[in-house]
Amino acid sequence: MERTSVKHKAGFWEVVKSLLSGLLLTWRHFRNADKRRAPVPVMDENYFKQPEGLVTLTYPYEAIPVPENGRYRLHNEIDDCIVCDLCAKICPVNCITIESVKATEEIGMTSDGTKKRLYAPVFDIDMAKCCYCGLCTTVCPTDCLTMTPVYDFSEVDIKNMIYHFTDLTPEQAEEKKQLLAKQQEEMAAAKAAALAARKQQ
Amino acid sequence: MLAFLLTLMLLLGIVIVLAYAERKVAAFMQDRLGPTEAGPYGSLQSVLDVLKLLQKEDIVPAAADKKLFKLAPILIFAAVFAGFAVIPFTPELIPTGIGIGVFYLLAIISLDVVGLLMAGWGSNNKYAMLGAMRSVAQIVSYEIPAGLAILSVVMICQSLDFQEISYQQGILLNRFPGLEFEKNWLFGIEALGINTTNIGGITTWNIFRAPLLLVAFLIYFIASLAESNRAPFDIPEAESELVAGFHVEYSGFRFAVLFLAEYSMMVLVSLVAVILFLGSWNTPLPNLTTLKFADWTTGTVGALSGILWGGFWLLSKTFVLLFLQLQIRWTYPRLRVDQLMHLCWKVLTPIALGIVLLAGIWRLLMV
Ligand code: SF4
Ligand code: SF4
Repeated sequence: MERTSVKHKAGFWEVVKSLLSGLLLTWRHFRNADKRRAPVPVMDENYFKQPEGLVTLTYPYEAIPVPENGRYRLHNEIDDCIVCDLCAKICPVNCITIESVKATEEIGMTSDGTKKRLYAPVFDIDMAKCCYCGLCTTVCPTDCLTMTPVYDFSEVDIKNMIYHFTDLTPEQAEEKKQLLAKQQEEMAAAKAAALAARKQQ
Repeated sequence: MLAFLLTLMLLLGIVIVLAYAERKVAAFMQDRLGPTEAGPYGSLQSVLDVLKLLQKEDIVPAAADKKLFKLAPILIFAAVFAGFAVIPFTPELIPTGIGIGVFYLLAIISLDVVGLLMAGWGSNNKYAMLGAMRSVAQIVSYEIPAGLAILSVVMICQSLDFQEISYQQGILLNRFPGLEFEKNWLFGIEALGINTTNIGGITTWNIFRAPLLLVAFLIYFIASLAESNRAPFDIPEAESELVAGFHVEYSGFRFAVLFLAEYSMMVLVSLVAVILFLGSWNTPLPNLTTLKFADWTTGTVGALSGILWGGFWLLSKTFVLLFLQLQIRWTYPRLRVDQLMHLCWKVLTPIALGIVLLAGIWRLLMV
């Protein structure tokens, strides 16, 4: 569109012309109101080429697709987590809470072949505090903490924004703790016995 | 009483449609969707708005002058609504056919100003007071060019009766008692020798009968925008800049009444513009030799067809003007106060005075 500034005191007909062109502009938009902008993703080559039509997106009914590798909500694949606590340490807002319990024996392997030696009775991420910086995902040694393209997860109760990723029930966790305590007791008893035996010599 | 109820129902219907249209038109002109949730395409939105307003608490400020505060909205609406009494809706149908309808309308509409001042003063709030003073100053000023523009029509038509003015602008001219032997000539000038009495349609509309009334129509339309506080003259309210003007303290039902009065004013000024300038309830289609468009789209006076055609033409022309009011609102920026007064006193009033003079001369040519 050509743009020329209207001089101050441009004369009667100039003013009439500019008034009419203003009306024409709104009329053109009104006439184009039957067209809608297509909700195409940003990857689409037409994304920036839709000059006409209504721009409103009636969100819950329609949504612009997000890229497949979008990085929004966190997800922890707990089977692959070695509970190293690195993610909780690097998090700038301290929204990851991890409690760990040492296993009495080796639990298994992650999919990339790292040995797992710790249980995680608590692995909570508070999505309401998270700033989605992604630092935790970069430090995770086993790549089990990832960001997913899910972005609509608002909740009525803010408590539901805390996501629990642990795979242990509280009873199981208690059992593991007792197992560990028993093992440690046995080890301590064995140590004490060994010490006592040494003293007697 | 029946006329009162019917007019009130009609007015409420039009206002509800208008409030919905306002939102949709605004949305479409700004590339938005507007209301979509309430009813199909959001069409129940304005009904719900009214229900919401009626549910709200009716707050009367402790420091307000309670009597004035409570009375003002009713007075404002009554003043505007009383104006509808003399509006002819079809050739037969007119709530109150009085001979001095135009004069009555101008007089009763002016009462509006008293109501505005009562609302502003009664609220005991400086913003309401300032808003009321601005509203009143604006309305009083713009009544002058509007009145002069109407005066020029009255001079051309030689009548203060809305119904007579309506009859003069169509093929039913000779049906009006007292006008049996009148004739309409092209541009109102007999010397041209083209008799348009039976052609009707747009050729007998006032803006065609005396083309200088086209200028009067423009003046009236601009002034009527200011009188109904519409953009670009909505300085008293200026919803994007100020608190709400004189009705800042109102809530609930009283606010709904003020809102209704404002939209009724828009409808009323558009109706008056249509009746005085754009052929009233007459069809815009002229009779062309054998194609009797005007006869076909006028119906039989007194029968149902006459009522339906008359109402249809009057309302559709009114809605075109109302649409124009909306479009203007979403197109032009707001004027400053000094620009507003400049436009009224230094531009519109002198031109309107000139038109009145020319209308007198034109009338001399017509007889
Ligand atoms: S994305 Fe950032 S803020 Fe969120 S949990 Fe990871 S490190 Fe913490
Ligand atoms: S950094 Fe990865 S492996 Fe370590 S605790 Fe966090 S999620 Fe588990």
